Amino acid sequence: MKKILAVDDSASMRQMVSFTLKKAGFDVTEAKDGVEALEIAKSHQFDLVISDVNMPNMDGITLISHLRGLAEYKFVPLLMLTTESGLEKKSAGKAAGATGWIVKPFNPDQLIATIGKVLR
Amino acid sequence: MNIESLNAQLLENQELTPDTDADQYLSFEMAGEEYGIDILTVQEIRGWEQTTSIPNSPDYIKGVMNLRGTIVPVLDLRSKFGLPSVAYTPVTVVIILTIEQDNTNKTIGIVVDAVSDVYAIDNIQLKVPPSLEQNKNRQYIKGLAQVDESTLILLNLNQVL
Amino acid sequence: MSIDLSQFFEVFYEESFEGLDVMEAGLLELQPGECETETINTIFRAAHSIKGGSGTFGFTSVTEFTHVVETLLDQIRDGRRALTQTHIDLLLQSVDCLRDMLQALKAGEEPDSEQASLLKLQFDTILAGSLNLPKNGATEPTNEPTEETETGSVTGWLINFIPGKDILKTGNEPLYLIQELAALGELSVDIDLSAVGNLTEIEPEDCYFKWQFSLKSDCKREAITEIFEWIEDECEIDITQLSLNRNLPQPDLLAESEQTELINHPADISDKLSPAEVSTVSDNLTETDKASTSVKPKVTKPTESGSIRVGIEKVDSLINMVGELVITQAMLTQLSEGEFDDAKLASLKAGLAQLAHNTRDLQESVMRIRMLPISSVFSRFPRLVRDTSKKLNKQIELKLLGEHTELDKTLMEKISDPMVHLVRNAMDHGLEPADERIAAGKNETGKITLNAYHQGGNIVIEIIDDGRGLNTQKIRQKAIINGLINESDELTDEQLNMLIFEPGFSTADAVSDLSGRGVGMDVVRRNIQALNGTVELASTPGEGSIFTIRLPLTLAILDGQLARVGEHIYIIPLVNIIESLQINAQHISNLGGELDILRLREDYIPIVRLYDVFSHQPSTQNLTDGLLVVVENENEKVGIFVDELLSQQQVVIKSLEANYFKVDGISGATILGDGTVSLILDIAGVVKLSGLSARHHAMLATQAELAQA
Repeated sequence: MKKILAVDDSASMRQMVSFTLKKAGFDVTEAKDGVEALEIAKSHQFDLVISDVNMPNMDGITLISHLRGLAEYKFVPLLMLTTESGLEKKSAGKAAGATGWIVKPFNPDQLIATIGKVLR
Repeated sequence: MNIESLNAQLLENQELTPDTDADQYLSFEMAGEEYGIDILTVQEIRGWEQTTSIPNSPDYIKGVMNLRGTIVPVLDLRSKFGLPSVAYTPVTVVIILTIEQDNTNKTIGIVVDAVSDVYAIDNIQLKVPPSLEQNKNRQYIKGLAQVDESTLILLNLNQVL
Repeated sequence: MSIDLSQFFEVFYEESFEGLDVMEAGLLELQPGECETETINTIFRAAHSIKGGSGTFGFTSVTEFTHVVETLLDQIRDGRRALTQTHIDLLLQSVDCLRDMLQALKAGEEPDSEQASLLKLQFDTILAGSLNLPKNGATEPTNEPTEETETGSVTGWLINFIPGKDILKTGNEPLYLIQELAALGELSVDIDLSAVGNLTEIEPEDCYFKWQFSLKSDCKREAITEIFEWIEDECEIDITQLSLNRNLPQPDLLAESEQTELINHPADISDKLSPAEVSTVSDNLTETDKASTSVKPKVTKPTESGSIRVGIEKVDSLINMVGELVITQAMLTQLSEGEFDDAKLASLKAGLAQLAHNTRDLQESVMRIRMLPISSVFSRFPRLVRDTSKKLNKQIELKLLGEHTELDKTLMEKISDPMVHLVRNAMDHGLEPADERIAAGKNETGKITLNAYHQGGNIVIEIIDDGRGLNTQKIRQKAIINGLINESDELTDEQLNMLIFEPGFSTADAVSDLSGRGVGMDVVRRNIQALNGTVELASTPGEGSIFTIRLPLTLAILDGQLARVGEHIYIIPLVNIIESLQINAQHISNLGGELDILRLREDYIPIVRLYDVFSHQPSTQNLTDGLLVVVENENEKVGIFVDELLSQQQVVIKSLEANYFKVDGISGATILGDGTVSLILDIAGVVKLSGLSARHHAMLATQAELAQA
């Protein structure tokens, strides 16, 4: 079973993402900010990390750059959840090593469809 | 029929949804008449036990009882229907059922003389005779049904409190 | 995959309300001109989350409104726009507006759009104004490519794809992208390996492949660009349209059916996700959302049962307690095995004591789960004080103490309004205008303090102002005019001050410096009493006033006195009871043949016979044979006559209304140790039922005469 780490400070979004992915047959772990996510990602290997951008303590872009710097996450797809207004964020994310992004708002079907691009 | 076997039968009947148009009715006796209520509204049947009376409540409200931690009012159906009251005996039972009152579901107990049986009654049998139209309890009477040799008065006890 | 999004609504509402509180608190900290980055970031994040969530869950009206709020915040955050007081005010109003909208949605109603549109207009005006820095071009809409978008005329695409060397290091996998393409239609793939050099020299982590795809599909261009969206900057991607009759052969019947089958699936994806152009994404998605039924918020009937978030340590402590309970239970079970002798009796007693201890601990822990810090109520006040001080043109400082004091969630919701009333009154009438304060030698900034702490089994909330204090003499005059007291009555200052809580003590115009203080104070007290609480007041002229609210920690449990009337057992809340006594016949007087009055020390206490009020058959009607429970009701002592008193115990309050109705004189029910139900008295209701209040004034007058006789 492929393991996904879902990071979002909003509990409802996190639950939605996690629920959707679990229903699609993935093994999902949740984290509420970048600090927690990094901690978890260091102790467990994931096949994909999906992270919100705007979060307290450590934002998604910082998280991605930290993860990409780890040997275990060199090739792992790292996706950010972002909003339409965040183009700068997308370039910043890519510069940090993000694989791609999912634009909010999205619905469960879109989420699953998008993940197909990086995880099969 | 004892209460335990009735409750068991109740459970069984509620689990088996009959695929015909017939509805299941629990029948009970009161002042020589046989009544029926939709089995799906019935939660359980209990023997009569002392209730705690509610001050300044109507005569037909016997009080409240403790149903596994929930406070449930108990109503004497004889008294509610204006039938002569009788002393409670070992076969006097309380039927716990869910009714709709002022748009909310309430759980209540009704005291009846005795519980008799469960019948499947085809909706076609439902009919209200003109003689009952003037009855003061008309609002609780859903119809009459013929079962074997006797007549069953089918009740709908919404708003009975 | 169908997922019912409504299951996440409750959490979304909860976190959104929290987010709004965070926004409000943050906004109140901000000063025009300043740019406290962390505060603005926090506010922005909260708005951003609400927007994201509402968009995802289909609450379009909220998303649209939050969007303008977020845009302004973003500009302020980036320093592109200087923060002004107007911004702060508008943002605060938006918080209120969003709260209303979410409340409506939560209740299953359509939110009122009028307020939002009015505010939105104001935002639009601000946002239309020039910025400090040029707006980032990226947020300007670019036009969607219009070529070849009509369906039917397109039969295929030719795609040249030269990935960047580092594509693998971004986590992208060309293979998956190709599979995505294949899902759009019939795909043929040509690979160009010319760039792959000597195997000993290549970097294993780099990508040397180039591809050419021809895709037989009537999909839109966006469906393809979208697949490459994430890597288009690093890669060369060239998409050319193949039109009918030219490069591709006419599909035969078989191919056509095959194609249709292939298209059915990809249509799901291609229609929903967005093209590369960022700005158009929102439009596309909004429309998709409208079309997609799974996203529409379902109008579900609001349930009264909210949810609470519980700290993990509370749950852990609960688990510990249950562990203890299990151990005790095991010990008792062991005792029951084998012969029973005297030695075991002592162990059994010890075991039962342990069990009682465990049960009490467990009960406390469970209750603690419902307890939340009072800060969620206190957090309302900075805003209230700010707005009111502006309105009154007074400088007011608010101090909050004991914010972490915990209180039952239900109580919290109910104590908020009375507190608002008291605080508003303190600001309006307690605190003097600046000039008056300076003249009195005080700091011109008035001070309101909210303080909360636990005391015994109660929570105490103090509302303290450093204003002028109550004018006791004017209260006295007013009370005499209103007939609350007699000219001759000797009352202490405290007693006089408490009169402001009396119904009918209106100070509207006669007592100018107190005006309004009396309005609704009786309501405040009634509301607090309805929570089994009390309110007291202490005031020092020239120095200020302290209102002290005392509440039980929880509404779920009550300390009760069991009392018997005939065969009926009722519970009298201990909090109401002043004393219980045996009646001395010599101290009884009878007024007009209907009302018995007991003289108790300096008080005259009207007697209410519970059997009478409840139409029960008592054991005795003779006052000297039963017992009198003296209770306090609206600051008046009343004696409740019962047959006898039984034990005192803590009872768990159960609702009588859930399956029955509200009963006059009864506040709820409980289940006693033997499993029977007992009803809990509502003292105010009992007194009202007895008809005592109506005759109260006449009686007081007579009582005074009697005292003189």
